[in-house]
Amino acid sequence: MLMLFQYDFMRKAFIVGILLAVIVPCIGMIIVLRRLSMTGDALSHTSLAGVAIGLVTGMNPILSASITCILAAFGIEFIRKRFPKYSEISIAVIMSAGVGLAGLMSGFVKNAANFNSFLFGSIVAITKFEMYLVIGISLLVIIIFVLLYKELVHMAFDEDSAKLSGIPVNVINIIFTLLTALTVSVASRTVGALIVSSLMVIPVACGMQFGKSFKQTLLISVFFAVLFTAAGLTLSFYFGLKPGGTIVLTGVITLLLSILLKRRH
Amino acid sequence: MNHIVLNHVSFGYEEGFILEDVNLTIEKGDYAGIIGPNGTGKSTLIKLILGLLPAKTGKVEITGGRIGYVPQVGLAVKADFPATVLETVMLNLYPDIGLFRRPKKHHYEMAEKVLDLVGMNEYKDRLISKLSGGQQQRVLIAKSLVSQPDILILDEPIAGVDAESESNFYNLLLNLNREEKLTIVMVTHNIHNVSKDMNKIYEVNNKSVRLKGELPC
Repeated sequence: MLMLFQYDFMRKAFIVGILLAVIVPCIGMIIVLRRLSMTGDALSHTSLAGVAIGLVTGMNPILSASITCILAAFGIEFIRKRFPKYSEISIAVIMSAGVGLAGLMSGFVKNAANFNSFLFGSIVAITKFEMYLVIGISLLVIIIFVLLYKELVHMAFDEDSAKLSGIPVNVINIIFTLLTALTVSVASRTVGALIVSSLMVIPVACGMQFGKSFKQTLLISVFFAVLFTAAGLTLSFYFGLKPGGTIVLTGVITLLLSILLKRRH
Repeated sequence: MNHIVLNHVSFGYEEGFILEDVNLTIEKGDYAGIIGPNGTGKSTLIKLILGLLPAKTGKVEITGGRIGYVPQVGLAVKADFPATVLETVMLNLYPDIGLFRRPKKHHYEMAEKVLDLVGMNEYKDRLISKLSGGQQQRVLIAKSLVSQPDILILDEPIAGVDAESESNFYNLLLNLNREEKLTIVMVTHNIHNVSKDMNKIYEVNNKSVRLKGELPC
């Protein structure tokens, strides 16, 4: 038995980390292929405002971050419809509002170290309640993703074509927005709000280097995300590093290696 | 029997109308062309027919059953999209498979049958984004045909396709129209090589749509 599994906090970190490594690329793959990578970034920054609100009001920060993320996700859609020809404005507005609100609210947070742990993640300091919350949200995301798989793939391929096939695109967009917001807010706790979108994009980028079909690309992305998380947590334990940053940097190095490997072949 | 009827249809944004008082009729078995210079509203007209844009005034009536839509290749297939040819065609089987359900063996057989029809079954396991423009176009047609449409609508289908693929592609469409009795509506700015196959041509210009020529189908 590896020494790191003797500790309760590391066992919890692995359970939570691997569950997130399964759901984040599922959401990430659809986001990347719909060319909405910046949405993940805007939501993760907005989740910080939710964390600050939670810490000030005494609400669980993951819960408050989830609520803020959901509101922000619908805010993006609301503004996008007002600027149909410049839809990226909506992402910039919500991201600025989120960062502004986070900055404002952080001034009222008494324990600054606790708030900072959400910036770069704190997977090893996760509570039992938070672990159950992650397990619940992960199961929900996996079940809905499997049920709506072919509809989400079609919408990622071409939303107009999906609409013409009779897929209820608007309803599925709302469900997917909710799933994205929930995934981003729980993942913020693990890898940190500032780098959560990297975990959405990097495993998918690695998967796209090797995948020979949509399903295979998705499975490879999940495999890479689990690999980064396990390697990042192990390295951070033995070398006393910050887990969030270690996970993401492991991912970036693997992506660079996989691009080089592919070029050689 | 009429398949598509547009009756005094207008569409535009706050800046003004793009199309005004459009009347158009597509009958069963028609092979119709919609021509006109770039930026005159041909794609808008297609989107009105497909129901992707709402008419400001007038009425769009579709009575011909299922519509298959083939968009422009360059716009429809995103670079590096990681789906195989078979996965791409299977997407349009949604009406047969249904919400929350997984495809069954006969759905895969349906997809392979249409890939055979367009001569692309041997490429079924290849990534669509790695194919040439002409091959992608055939896959997009198979994707539309798999849902067994009564009307096939194509938007600038030969944009980015080489001359040989263009000629094969027109033969395929002609065969679908004559042998399979499929009604076809094609938007194109380059009518020269295909006008002989068509029985009806509409011209879009200056916000209006005018019937330029018609032969019995």
